[in-house]
Amino acid sequence: MKETELITIRDEDLNLLLTEIFQRYGYDFTNYARASLRRRITRLMLIDRLPSFAELFYRVRNDENYFTHIIQQLTVNVTEMFRDPQMFKVLREEVLPVLATHPFIRIWHAGCSTGEEAYSMAILLEEANLLHKSLIYATDINPHVIENIQRGIFSMNHMKIYSENYILAGGRREFSSYYTAKYDWAKFDDRLKTRMIVATHNLVSDRSFNEFQLICCRNVLIYFDKDLQDKVLTLFDDSLDKLGFLVLGSKENIRFTKVASKYRQMENREKIWRKVK
Amino acid sequence: MAEGQMTKYKIVAIGGSAGSLDVILKIISAAALPVSLAYVIIIHRKNDPSSILTELLASRSPLAVKEVEDKESITTGTIYIAPPDYHLLVEDYYSFSLDSSEKVHHSRPSIDVSFESIASVFGPTAIGILLSGANADGAEGLKKIRLAGGYTIAQDPKDAEVAYMPQQAILADAQILIAGSDQLAGEIIRIVNS
Repeated sequence: MKETELITIRDEDLNLLLTEIFQRYGYDFTNYARASLRRRITRLMLIDRLPSFAELFYRVRNDENYFTHIIQQLTVNVTEMFRDPQMFKVLREEVLPVLATHPFIRIWHAGCSTGEEAYSMAILLEEANLLHKSLIYATDINPHVIENIQRGIFSMNHMKIYSENYILAGGRREFSSYYTAKYDWAKFDDRLKTRMIVATHNLVSDRSFNEFQLICCRNVLIYFDKDLQDKVLTLFDDSLDKLGFLVLGSKENIRFTKVASKYRQMENREKIWRKVK
Repeated sequence: MAEGQMTKYKIVAIGGSAGSLDVILKIISAAALPVSLAYVIIIHRKNDPSSILTELLASRSPLAVKEVEDKESITTGTIYIAPPDYHLLVEDYYSFSLDSSEKVHHSRPSIDVSFESIASVFGPTAIGILLSGANADGAEGLKKIRLAGGYTIAQDPKDAEVAYMPQQAILADAQILIAGSDQLAGEIIRIVNS
């Protein structure tokens, strides 16, 4: 029997761990969707070769350094540039022209992980000649992953896919003109981050910090239960200008949530809503 | 279907990769498919926004067919399809959730991920079926469904377009029913009504 078959985490144990994490470190995972959270914990135990749940609990309780590692492992940091290119095409063709009418554009990438979407947005803004009057706030719960946004360095392995995505999203330049390749890494041009503000922000516990014309939060709400989704969507609603845009992941929806009645989905199949009330 | 409502089974999970589409179409087009359960299909495919998989399945099945969105409720008599580029999990008897974490067996959706999640939530009320494919995904998850008390079936490798995937399932677990593509729908009906 393989190790994976031996690990089962009981509900009581999971609750105990989440309570401990909250009380000791202030991170509240209690309203995260359980199925996914359970997978992350099982994965963490396998990676760290922890033989039992008790061992994990002991480490969390007694080792603060270990906890910073846990934060990285419990949150999912899978992202790419121009993921779902059609959505970015709609942003380029239908949303940016509206934003262009503002004297100043504020965009929030909430839960942006390593920053691929913030860079994608910076590229769109630059091509629309809007970057100079925009500010892109890139935030994530995980202090480690956002360090990468400042560096602007991404794995060269992904550039072929990103370049294809970029073209499908209506890009007309050479995608490689945006970065310098060095060994296995692509360093994106510093001018793309001149209008970026990078900070940690916990969607569960932190409050609204500005007003935006566009909030992009893709594939973050899937990790939350419905109560927490409602809470976070209310936070976004409080942070979004009237007639502002809310962009979610391709399988996320605000239907059946508290804020639904205030938003109208744009007339295409993409997950872009406009705040109408 | 009075007898169908007596069944202990609540969900049928079907995983497939290369060469599995025709078999899936055969299963879901069966007129007598019990409506007392929910069906979940996890098939490896490219993330292509113009994909018509859902429409294709819907046009062939008497049951409702839906691609799953986040926190979608699980309703009996419905066929759910895992969306491309997400792992499909179940939160409880009543709702799905999605997860875009690392690929498993180079796949997202991964059949193992869904099968494991279904095994842990549905236990003995799950039926798992693994079809044609060139990848080892699904074999371990299928075994977990059986260990949790569920019923498991592999497509007969001799009859599969690509034998590797069902072969891996049979190697991983000898206590598995092997059935040809023409028998699979009949097996579901038989198991549910037994």
